[in-house]
Amino acid sequence: MKEKLTGAQALIRALEHENVDVMFGLPGGCILPAYDPLIESKIRHILVRHEQGAGHMAEGYAHVTGRPGVAMVTSGPAATNLVTPLCDAYMDSIPMVGITGQVPTAAIGTDAFQECDTVGITRSITKHNELVMSAQDLPMVVRQAFYIATTGRPGPTLIDIPKDVLQNEMDWYWPSDDEVRDSLPGYRPNAKGHTKMIKEAARMILAARQPVLYVGGGVLKARAAGVLRELAELTQIPVVTTLMARGAFPDSHPLCLGMPGMHGTATAVTAMQKADLLIALGSRFDDRVTGKVSGFAPDAKIIHVDIDPAEQGTVRRPDVPIVGDCRLVIEEMLKAIKDLLQSGETQADVGPWRSRVSGWREQFPLAYDQSEPGAALKPQFCLEKLRDGAPEGTIVVSGVGQHQMWTSQYWNFEEPYTWVNSGGLGTMGFAVPAAIGAKVGRPDKTVWAVDGDGCFQMTAQELVTASLERIPVKIGILNNSYLGMVRQWQEMFYGERFSEVNLSGTLPDFVKWAEAMGCVGIRVDDPQEVEAAIDKANSINDRPVVVDFRVAEDEKVFPMVPAGKSNDDILLHHSQDSRREFLK
Amino acid sequence: MSGSNPYGQDSQHHVLSVLVQNRPGVLARVSALFARRGYNIFSLAVAPTEHPDYSRITIVVDLQSAPLEQMTKQLFKLIDVVRISELDPRFSVERELIMVTVKATAEQRSQIVELTNIFEARILSVGVEALTVSLDGSPSAIDDFMKALHPYGIVESQRTGLVALPKLDRAAPSSAQSAASSNTTHSSQGKAR
Repeated sequence: MKEKLTGAQALIRALEHENVDVMFGLPGGCILPAYDPLIESKIRHILVRHEQGAGHMAEGYAHVTGRPGVAMVTSGPAATNLVTPLCDAYMDSIPMVGITGQVPTAAIGTDAFQECDTVGITRSITKHNELVMSAQDLPMVVRQAFYIATTGRPGPTLIDIPKDVLQNEMDWYWPSDDEVRDSLPGYRPNAKGHTKMIKEAARMILAARQPVLYVGGGVLKARAAGVLRELAELTQIPVVTTLMARGAFPDSHPLCLGMPGMHGTATAVTAMQKADLLIALGSRFDDRVTGKVSGFAPDAKIIHVDIDPAEQGTVRRPDVPIVGDCRLVIEEMLKAIKDLLQSGETQADVGPWRSRVSGWREQFPLAYDQSEPGAALKPQFCLEKLRDGAPEGTIVVSGVGQHQMWTSQYWNFEEPYTWVNSGGLGTMGFAVPAAIGAKVGRPDKTVWAVDGDGCFQMTAQELVTASLERIPVKIGILNNSYLGMVRQWQEMFYGERFSEVNLSGTLPDFVKWAEAMGCVGIRVDDPQEVEAAIDKANSINDRPVVVDFRVAEDEKVFPMVPAGKSNDDILLHHSQDSRREFLK
Repeated sequence: MSGSNPYGQDSQHHVLSVLVQNRPGVLARVSALFARRGYNIFSLAVAPTEHPDYSRITIVVDLQSAPLEQMTKQLFKLIDVVRISELDPRFSVERELIMVTVKATAEQRSQIVELTNIFEARILSVGVEALTVSLDGSPSAIDDFMKALHPYGIVESQRTGLVALPKLDRAAPSSAQSAASSNTTHSSQGKAR
């Protein structure tokens, strides 16, 4: 005889069957039934202070573990609070499963208390979503949600469950892999690349004289860092890692040119511009990377490897499109290249190209002006000290803005899955909750969030969650009392007309705020104090720490390709302007 | 068939025949995708197929708003979309239905009946001062019919939007193959039940 369960019990058991070890959430009216069987479950639930926090925690967890993050909240306002993280996860292809309560089936459409059209609202920001109308469907819907979120191009899925569906009885079952596949006849992600195309790509790679490996987040999603390194070392082709791919290739490697794009290194940006072949691996020619598309890498042929066919040719038509999983495709590519070499083909000499690239790297390192004695701290200086003081393998998380760009520039990423940030959506307030999620996923690692004072004020309340749940994250606020990136644009492109951009030099008191939330708070405004403060923060492991670095308010991020300009028009640090000719 | 383009002088239309799982919200998913990506639709018709698990959505798209390839690739990302057939107007049979209520005084009635006969339309309802007629045909034939009726005064009209299937080859033996040669089909790799 089949076992009778309530929908709520079936939901929690299904999550256990999906090996969910932790979920982030906040209960409320319609989701209440699901919280009852949770008491007996081995799944750890982390009670957040705002549903957006639950979503970003799930993302941070997924970023560092590769496993789907789970956020569970109630209907209406809770569901709408989950919208931002879902959209963030959709833009950055993060596997995540959102579970929302819904008003009882009989009340749907009546504008009942805390009712909203959750599946309608989240339709365009989830890979798939589903309103469950029968308790009997729950195990299958949960399996589908996890299967869809984690296969193909990963992304968020959402399950919307009316209260009575959670309360009704059902006969427990657990669908097999085949049953799940058969239930989704329209979903057949293609992981294996086209053999002929891969061979063609191998020939182009060997023939190229000025090639660049343009590595995006898809390489990390495919767990392909190892084979990427093999490919780069075999062919001696330089590598750029986009904002979403920092850590996919070690920054200390002689072939690594750092980040391309709007605030990328001059070397990475210029190498792409001058390339005769771009091998795009899990990257999508985002506008922040290409600059003005018509001026982007004008002489380059394109090999584009992406698991999502819709990314092929959206921005730049590839000469060789390969739809597939980056790891499988790179493995096949390596085989094809080795076969060609064994059959007597030779690779074009990339030596001159490499020395040209090395020349750029020597001439155009990241640069900033050290602060004058007695003047405010430089954010880049703080980052260098943070980086140098961080234990090996530290995971660094950021919000969005100047501090994010500086962190991506100045941190040395040596290992994959040590960098967590909001790339596509650019969600201010991402850092604190995402860091908490990352620490939950990797409790063995030190987790530093580098945040801005603007970002911090959007989601700081989750530090209460972190204190109570004993999740000892470290937050470094690069506090310039401005919305720094907005200030930079107003200074550079709006004639220094500063509009609604100054937050406050005095409020809030970040130290007191940190202490009120159960954290250790440290304020630093003297360059001499920076190292000691970082050491102290690194030594505290029983609670969260917040370090308030009071930094110069007028510091700008360089290099910079102004929006809408060609990458050839990159703006350098003023100390390098005189060497500009080298980039021609 | 007249040479005029029923979708506007400079427009370039194409027909997508989209087989979807017959589930709640699937039409919303498809139309939301078109709205979100800025793809224009001339018409859209949806109905169940011979198989109860599937519906077919026939969409006439405006190729000036986006490349066809982008539309099909994005559509195919929807989990509920099982198969997409691109029907090139040159290699498909297309039909649309219109119902028109036209003013018809006693004197005019016979003229309208004559027009109805010429176009092989049908009279569905007769009123004191109006007639309701229906016509199925190609979009341009329907346009022509509307032009002919216009002077009498159109009270109201309703078009269904286009439905289409691949044109069959008259030469034996492999008609299906020939249709496939000019109309592309995107299908999930697995069995399409």
